[in-house]
Amino acid sequence: MLFQSILFYTFSAVLVGAALGVVFFKNPIHSVMCLVLAFFQSAMLWLLIEVEFLAIVLVLVYVGAVMVLFLFVIMMLEVNVEAVKRGLTRYAPLAAAIALLMAIELVQLIWFRGDATGASGSFAATPEGYDNTKALGSVLYTEHVYAFEIAAVILLLAIVAAITLTMRKRPGLKVQDISKQVAVRAKDRVRIVKMDAEKKS
Amino acid sequence: MIGLQHYLTLSAMLFVLSIAGIIVNRRNLIMLLMCIELLLLAVNFNFIAFSRYLGDEMGQVFVFFILTVAAAEAAIGLAILVVLFRNRRSINVEELNTMKG
Repeated sequence: MLFQSILFYTFSAVLVGAALGVVFFKNPIHSVMCLVLAFFQSAMLWLLIEVEFLAIVLVLVYVGAVMVLFLFVIMMLEVNVEAVKRGLTRYAPLAAAIALLMAIELVQLIWFRGDATGASGSFAATPEGYDNTKALGSVLYTEHVYAFEIAAVILLLAIVAAITLTMRKRPGLKVQDISKQVAVRAKDRVRIVKMDAEKKS
Repeated sequence: MIGLQHYLTLSAMLFVLSIAGIIVNRRNLIMLLMCIELLLLAVNFNFIAFSRYLGDEMGQVFVFFILTVAAAEAAIGLAILVVLFRNRRSINVEELNTMKG
């Protein structure tokens, strides 16, 4: 139990530090790296309370795919860092005030109202032979199968939308237009000219 | 002993930090997208902590769908960002004033 507490506080400290890095680094690349660290620490924290499947999904989908997408886009855009960070500190006092207010309210709600409502306990121990992935799958493929299929459609929609948004016709690019080639007819291409044979004089 | 309240507090700290990040980095569109990702992570923390506390898998199913939708959102958002940069040569929010809003 003590070891788990030490792990929890270590991971949380790194997670909060990484979140601070995401917010306050000037260079977007550094922010993305911090976000990767934050997602990884979250996966570790989820593993700590035995939510294995979602922890692995977080590492695979977010660290493996979404963050790489972010990195690609940032490297592709070559954004001028100097131009972006102008006036960054102007709203810092407002942001700090709002964040502090929200933090105080949330902590008060969690720690001082929680006792009254009885939400102060620890996590229930999982029963012997409990398999998180199996339990999640047995719910996901039976009760929530329609939602699952809609999620698949949403992912398809994302693929189609991303491709159609970023695809462009570049002028001067030499490519085949297959439908045009198939639809062509002989009379469009070949012109038969009748003319008399000429005699050699 | 690590319990529900520790996880809720951590989630609250993440949420507050990302709200502050949205205010501080409100000029850079890509930083806004990243702060939204962090915000969704904080929400997922809440779902998972309550799911484990109540011993109900429903919360984890919700997190699964949130992850799906967030991945789709990131892909489409970044695609829009690329198109925007291609047309305007800038992702500064203050220069996106074509609609005079």
